[in-house]
Amino acid sequence: MRYVLMFVGSSEDQDAFEKLPKEQLAAAYERAGRWFEEHSKAGRIVGGAELQGPNTATTVRLKNGKAMVTDGPYIEAKEIVGGFAIVEVKDLDEALAMAKGWPAGAVEVRPVVDHSND
Amino acid sequence: MTAALVRALGDFDLAEEVVQDSLVAALETWPKQGIPDKPGAWLMTTARRRAIDILRRDRRYRDKLALLERSDMTSDPAEADDRLRLIFTCCHPALSQEAQVALTLRAVAGFTTAEIASAFLVAEATVAQRIVRAKRKIVDANIPYRVPAGTELADRLDGVLSVLYLMFNEGYLSRGAQAAMRRDLANDALWLTRLVARLMPDQPEVVGLQALMTLNLARSAARFDEAGEMVLLPDQDRSRWDSVAIADGMALLDRAGAMHAPGPYQLQAAIAALHSEARSWADTDWHQIVVLYDALLGHVDSPVVRLNRAVALSHFAGPEVALGEVNDLALVLSGYHLFHSTRAELLDQLGEPVLAREARRRALDLCQNPAERSLLERKLRS
Repeated sequence: MRYVLMFVGSSEDQDAFEKLPKEQLAAAYERAGRWFEEHSKAGRIVGGAELQGPNTATTVRLKNGKAMVTDGPYIEAKEIVGGFAIVEVKDLDEALAMAKGWPAGAVEVRPVVDHSND
Repeated sequence: MTAALVRALGDFDLAEEVVQDSLVAALETWPKQGIPDKPGAWLMTTARRRAIDILRRDRRYRDKLALLERSDMTSDPAEADDRLRLIFTCCHPALSQEAQVALTLRAVAGFTTAEIASAFLVAEATVAQRIVRAKRKIVDANIPYRVPAGTELADRLDGVLSVLYLMFNEGYLSRGAQAAMRRDLANDALWLTRLVARLMPDQPEVVGLQALMTLNLARSAARFDEAGEMVLLPDQDRSRWDSVAIADGMALLDRAGAMHAPGPYQLQAAIAALHSEARSWADTDWHQIVVLYDALLGHVDSPVVRLNRAVALSHFAGPEVALGEVNDLALVLSGYHLFHSTRAELLDQLGEPVLAREARRRALDLCQNPAERSLLERKLRS
């Protein structure tokens, strides 16, 4: 079963994170890196990425048949997705166990629609 | 033979008891009258008769029969494991707690959606929708059908126990306007807890919760007077407490205690046990109760626990000290009716009738349970 783990944090968390002293920032990145490495080695990670901040986001929205381009994320939310991982595991409990090991913030776990039998 | 009777009676304790009794009867009868042609059948018949006698004599006969109808408790280990897996799946933290309760009642205890709706005073359609959504999430998100192992078990078991305790409390003192107490729901919560306790006999907190529910239910008969008015613990006629159930609860508590891993349910059961043991409200071992509340606070630091501790404290440290502790909780508990009624009691003791009255009025404004409301109204009139 495939799930997407979305790594979520508030923009304040994000700001605070970016203002961390160099060594602490490096340590945090290392913990996240280790998480990815461990689960990749075990064959649980299919894909994923760390995203740049919402200030770099551009939203394209179809309106009356026309694609409108606007600055900013698709929704002004207190919490933003900072990255994601696509994982392949047996069931929700395994996905939750991975999410529990993520070193910071919140993780939203969403099952992926299986189109293999369509 | 016990297994066959468990299937027939749906009650493991009862089956064991009647098998024991029929063996004793055999030991007494056979030497005098000779061994019957079919000793096995003789034992079975004796045991069945004994079971029917016990069930008839039990004043909770009807309650139990109702339970038996939907219980098919079995000693078959495969089926027992299956049932346990079902409970853990129903109480999976990926489901909302409301859904966990509804699903457990529906799938494990065999309630209808209408029964669940009436127990929790919500529309039947709401319950049905909750259950459908929960079932769909179990399938779509692939929530596994298993009993968690290792370090995960403790957390997940906590979740199961809080669903059972919530169910019990809703039955024990209903928030709703229809009845102050729903024994069926409280009894079913106890039945489910007993089931989990039997399936996981080495988990002290499960046994602790079973003890807590048993001890609380033992006081049922004294909690309401003939007019259906609620009687609080200090004023209860203790001779109406069910001494057999109290002994059961104590034995359970001892069994949990022997596992040397105290937890919140065992501590609450121990507090209930001290109340059960006391001959009167004044005779209660308040020092020990405060010690137990302190231990409980080490597990769950909740303002409600602090409020109860303050009540116990008032009995030897005096109402003034207790009121100080209660007032400290004002910020978090000002929306809780028992905070105000506790203040009212303490203010009465301190000779402050005007302030007590005001506190009692606020309690009444916040209280939803009909029996508790009526009690407050009576005190306001007096």
